[in-house]
Amino acid sequence: MNRIELNESAQVSVIRFKDQKIIDPETIQELGEELFSLVEDGKHNKLVLNFSNVEFLSSAALGKLITFEKKAKRGGSELILTNIAPEIYQVFTITNLDKLFTIKDSEADALAVL
Amino acid sequence: MNSSPKQQQFKRVLPSTLTAYHDFVQEVLGVLEGFGWSKEILFGVHMALEESISNAVRHGNKHDPSKSVHVECELSEKRFYARICDEGSGYDPNEVPDCCDQENLEVPGGRGLALIKAYMSSVEHRENGKCVILEKRLD
Repeated sequence: MNRIELNESAQVSVIRFKDQKIIDPETIQELGEELFSLVEDGKHNKLVLNFSNVEFLSSAALGKLITFEKKAKRGGSELILTNIAPEIYQVFTITNLDKLFTIKDSEADALAVL
Repeated sequence: MNSSPKQQQFKRVLPSTLTAYHDFVQEVLGVLEGFGWSKEILFGVHMALEESISNAVRHGNKHDPSKSVHVECELSEKRFYARICDEGSGYDPNEVPDCCDQENLEVPGGRGLALIKAYMSSVEHRENGKCVILEKRLD
């Protein structure tokens, strides 16, 4: 995996972004492929997407995350976003995506409800 | 680039690729940081430039390598101004669906304009949508 780190426990897969800035089309394309592969193999039913490393992302990156959410939902996976910096969280609120995604402050908060 | 202690101006012709403008954006952010602009405000300027220039490349010039994106900026302690023009056929920004409506929440595209408007003090479209003028004023 070039764009994400995956930590799997018995039940939950925690995904962290390797990139601080998610802008380049190549980065976004690879990120999408790696995320989609997780929900397409049917082995990851509980997903935590940890944004602690992310300092900036473009609307194109948001588009990939929306597609990821749809694929996860279609595949029966639960997805929770965590550790989103205030500037990034504002991007989600401006675009109303805080209503599409389940967002928690921390991994522990996400694990408590998964 | 014209330099003075109080104001800097940039004028650039950028190729129609989604990677060629990043150094330019970082240069603008660096100048504003030197003027004392906060990290939070710079995030919004970064977003507005990123989304405006990538829109010009994607939707305006449609990645045509024979076309360019023309950018003019005026930067000071209190004001960020940018005029970004493409060489496409233009569009009506009022016809872009509202990305943030409940019914459009799952549509992957169309969030750039909403972000640009949210972070800027004013956003104007000129020349049939081929140019966008961004302004952020610190009061």
